[in-house]
Amino acid sequence: MGNGTSIGKVRGLGSAHSGSQHWLLQRFTAIGLLLLGLFFAGAFLQLPNFEYKTVRDWIVQPLPATAAALFVICAFWHARLGLQVLVEDYFHEPANKFTMMALLNLATFAGAAFGLFAIVRLALGAAA
Amino acid sequence: MAHSGSTAVKRPISPHLTIWKWGPAMLVSILHRASGDGMALVGLPVLLWWLAALVGGADSYAAFSAHATAWYGRVVLIGLSWAFFNHMCSGLRHFVMDIGAGYELKRNALWSVLSPLVAIVVTAAFWAAILLR
Repeated sequence: MGNGTSIGKVRGLGSAHSGSQHWLLQRFTAIGLLLLGLFFAGAFLQLPNFEYKTVRDWIVQPLPATAAALFVICAFWHARLGLQVLVEDYFHEPANKFTMMALLNLATFAGAAFGLFAIVRLALGAAA
Repeated sequence: MAHSGSTAVKRPISPHLTIWKWGPAMLVSILHRASGDGMALVGLPVLLWWLAALVGGADSYAAFSAHATAWYGRVVLIGLSWAFFNHMCSGLRHFVMDIGAGYELKRNALWSVLSPLVAIVVTAAFWAAILLR
């Protein structure tokens, strides 16, 4: 790493002119997933079984439902950032790269929206 | 080969792009990407399936459970839990390296070896706790 200019240090962009935000967001979502992942690993160990009624009665409570919603947001965000690197590394044609990024955005936003919808519906008791 | 002992010439062990000597840091890097992308491409669809099955009611949850407890479901779920713990261990290693620590050759190699081993131990302990209760 070079010393850079003062304004360059402030902007923190480096010679690639982008990427710092991606790098930071990957870390922020990773911290969230570390906490939430350990929360759910511990919660699964505390559940007496994985029967429908047990799991449903547990996840509709405010804390697990909130944690599940946060997990969906963090996980799909982090996955989108990670898969972006995969696309950038393995798709070399600009058109292919653009197509894969468009598909990736569609898939991750749709997945996160569906997950959040499912949790809201569970927690607010609109379904069976 | 011809010379052994302290007089041997220290040749480069990775002289070119396609000629290299395997090291633990390479393994932990590859495992980090494989476990992360594996969770993204397989784990997240399974997560959505599980949530949707919970929304759908007892019958749809039973259908999910039948697949999840079958042998292939167990393979996928154990694989995903391994991917989670492996990605977590190597991710924690990244956090340490992000603050500029752990780049000394021996220390770096030590944690590169320990990270995937700890992940396997934690995964085994997790499933032992679930299956033996």
